Amino acid sequence: MATTAQPQAETPVKKRNLVDMHWDPITRIVGSLGIFTKIDFDNREVAECYSTSSIFRGYSIFMKGKDPRDSHFITSRICGICGDNHATCAVYTQNMAFGVKTPPLGEWIVNLGEAAEYMFDHNIFQDNLVGVDFCEQMMKETNPAVFDKATKTAAPHASVHGYRTIGDIMRALNPFTGEFYRETLSVSRLTREMFCLMEGRHVHPSTLYPGGVGTVATVQVFTDYLVRLMKYVEFMKKVVPLHDDLFDFFYEALPGYEKVGQRRVLLGCWGAFNDPDACDYEYRHMGDWGRSMFVTPGVIVDGKLVTNDLIDINLGIRILLGSSYYEDWEQNCETFVRTDPAGNPVDKRHPWNQSTIPKPQKRDFNGRYTWVMSPRWFDKRTGDYLPLDTGGGPIARLWSTALSGLVDIGYVKATGNSVKISFPKTATLPETEFEWKIPQWSNAIERDRARTYFQAYAAACALYFVERALKELHSGNTKTWAEFAVPQDAIGCGFHEAVRGVLSHHLVIRDGKIANYHPYPPTPWNASPRDVYGTPGPYEDAIQNTPIFEENGPDKFKGIDIMRAVRSFDPCLPCGVHMYLGEGKVLETRHSPMFGVQR
Amino acid sequence: MAQEVPGRSMQKASAVSEVHIVWLTAGLSCDGDSVSVTAAEQPSIEDVVMGAIPGIPKVHLHNPVLAYEVGDDFMKFFYDAEQGKLDPFVFVVEGSIPNEEIKREGYWAAQGTDEKTGQPITTCEWIDRLSPKALAVVAIGTCATYGGIHAMAGNPTGAMGLADYLGWDWRSKAGIPIVNVPGCPVQPDNFMETVLYLLYQAAGRAPMIPLDDKLRPTWLFGKTVHEGCDRAGYYEQSDFTEEYGSSKCLVKIGCWGPVVNCNVTKRGWMRGVGGCPNVGGICIACTMPGFPDKFMPFMDEPPGASLSTVSNKAYGAIIRALRGITNDTVNKEPKWRHPGPYLNTGYRPPAHM
Repeated sequence: MATTAQPQAETPVKKRNLVDMHWDPITRIVGSLGIFTKIDFDNREVAECYSTSSIFRGYSIFMKGKDPRDSHFITSRICGICGDNHATCAVYTQNMAFGVKTPPLGEWIVNLGEAAEYMFDHNIFQDNLVGVDFCEQMMKETNPAVFDKATKTAAPHASVHGYRTIGDIMRALNPFTGEFYRETLSVSRLTREMFCLMEGRHVHPSTLYPGGVGTVATVQVFTDYLVRLMKYVEFMKKVVPLHDDLFDFFYEALPGYEKVGQRRVLLGCWGAFNDPDACDYEYRHMGDWGRSMFVTPGVIVDGKLVTNDLIDINLGIRILLGSSYYEDWEQNCETFVRTDPAGNPVDKRHPWNQSTIPKPQKRDFNGRYTWVMSPRWFDKRTGDYLPLDTGGGPIARLWSTALSGLVDIGYVKATGNSVKISFPKTATLPETEFEWKIPQWSNAIERDRARTYFQAYAAACALYFVERALKELHSGNTKTWAEFAVPQDAIGCGFHEAVRGVLSHHLVIRDGKIANYHPYPPTPWNASPRDVYGTPGPYEDAIQNTPIFEENGPDKFKGIDIMRAVRSFDPCLPCGVHMYLGEGKVLETRHSPMFGVQR
Repeated sequence: MAQEVPGRSMQKASAVSEVHIVWLTAGLSCDGDSVSVTAAEQPSIEDVVMGAIPGIPKVHLHNPVLAYEVGDDFMKFFYDAEQGKLDPFVFVVEGSIPNEEIKREGYWAAQGTDEKTGQPITTCEWIDRLSPKALAVVAIGTCATYGGIHAMAGNPTGAMGLADYLGWDWRSKAGIPIVNVPGCPVQPDNFMETVLYLLYQAAGRAPMIPLDDKLRPTWLFGKTVHEGCDRAGYYEQSDFTEEYGSSKCLVKIGCWGPVVNCNVTKRGWMRGVGGCPNVGGICIACTMPGFPDKFMPFMDEPPGASLSTVSNKAYGAIIRALRGITNDTVNKEPKWRHPGPYLNTGYRPPAHM
């Protein structure tokens, strides 16, 4: 696959009948994404894919000159489903730049809020948005034979979740009329209440500040949270086996389904849940306190952990252009940060040194076709600019945490090749342990499966965080916020996991104002276009060469396998994927599936 | 004609039997209002879509975050609405409206692809096509209502609110003004309740929706945050905190509650849980036309707060008058939010070009 900086050797050119198909917008995601493809119906596979985003807003531009204390309020508005992840990451960044440390109780409150966000967001996305791709209505339209088989296939965990057959699970996922669909909507409100208890409001929190939180830490706030959490834990005891049954069925019913959305294992995770015992927000210690997070950061290439050091991770980030509607900044714009606080050189293409210069223009798939840039991670071992993906978040988080083997908090234990999650007894179900094992593939089904397991992981972490928060409270340590002064000149960075993957914020303060601010959420990584070296972004790469299992031909084609591949990344472009339905335009073309340098 | 049964008016046939809701999220937005609305329970989306509320027409919802359909199957509703085949429909607009006139080519925001040119169809184009055909047009969230975050000073897109774009005196073909439901994001129940009201109006069961001069439903935005705040007692006792995390009044550390029109302190965020100053979050005035510029930096004490906090033992009417002046100011948008082929937000591209 074209994942390195080097133009690929051309694969033998073969003559193919390709049909142009695009979907715009891709619905049931957050934001506007278009996916443009060429499909080879004779060989039943996607030959080419381009991902495009249709919205530009300009945060990095209008934040310049503003008060750095406002950055978490502003950046929360980047995302309407995980705005709080941005606000939290911005607070981490402010804390570093201002030299302030959130008091332990404040940190546990932030962790409880963020855990509730994962519990909510993965839940509603998985079973109200992705789930529709697996529901009865969709299956009957795209793969009636498979649905027929599902109705005759017993669900192995029926005794736990209550759905007798796989077909019953699919029926329960029908939008609005399905029982499990409605139950999910309802549970998604319970978890958002938990979120509001900690961070005030969903999706843009009201109680987060640099230095801590404004949440009034009383016994009541934790009681209200814990009672809801235990209901969610009981729910997850059913939901994990339900999804295992559904996803295992796809491998069994459609041999080769593991190739849908599959790409090379190139995963990034920037870590989540700071440990107040370890985290002092000092850059020089960032490697150490990063490894103490309750989700371990890591870069994983071909299944191997390359680093779990946040300083290495930070210094490797590069923002490339190539197919995006911007002017380059490398030659003529200011270099804001030449060395990091530890004395390491910082690249001109690093977010600290980026200048965003929008240049709206016509969309041209042979040139520039999207507002998304191309973040890459520079692998100094090989000189490659790696198009890391997040797999929608959970698969990278679990994989990274499992490989590092550092997390061990009773409810969660990382083993080196798996993550064990232990739940206490709940109202009607006994103690339960789940184990997520590193899968064989980074593909659509495993991204989706990991999402369910991570919902359980977040709930298990929250059980631990409640215990730690109550311990502070019982000891009389009720402070949730620490005072700070805004320095005249400083830099800061924050690393976190947005729900759908890696999140970093980079801040430069001059004369007490924001001189530069560049947030990098997961979607630019996942939805990035072909970069200057011709390397496609992860969606493009995962969809290209995805086999087509849908039973329909071009005339009624819904692109369900492509939709499953795209949605497995949990796209969140407050931007859409196009798929042209209708007849499609038939092209006869000589085509090499991978691209070299385009200009 | 069936005889009127007293006390069961909801069972009478609606003036219209079906209403479509065509929802454009392709403004400059974060989709946070769509997501927020999935949290609503008074009523919930499923209450409305499944007909669990008496007396409303059957509702067909077309929102990209929730739609079953993808791509052209989804866009069909927009083309049908444009051609008068989805009648009546309520048009919901989410996100700030960018100014597409200030640049030579390309697009700031778009949805769908023009078959003829292969280029994206801009959000402004969709507003132009659908607004004249809609029964009512609803702007959801502060971006669509007044411009919001993306219309901040220094922005490159010339973003504005829907009423700036269509005109504040705009009326739908049914004579209904733009309905603004601000909030960043919108408080979930505030929006669904407004939709419910419009459905009752469409069904012939409610009079014209009552709106103030900023086009907000009066029953939702007629009071200030402070008037509903359970910390107002601390204010009355001049008991102000200088630290976040305290349960006392937050006015000295950035709370704009006394001059902001919003019901969050009364309603909470979800089922009474959460909110802003009532749970320790300063009010940053996210429902207001002047948001965010007139309230930044958010964490400083609002100008005028020290005067009113010192003199709050004096005669209340003076306070109300002073707050009235501030309230008028923050109820106005900054002057750079406008249509037309020029940009005066203060944006300058880096000087290297």
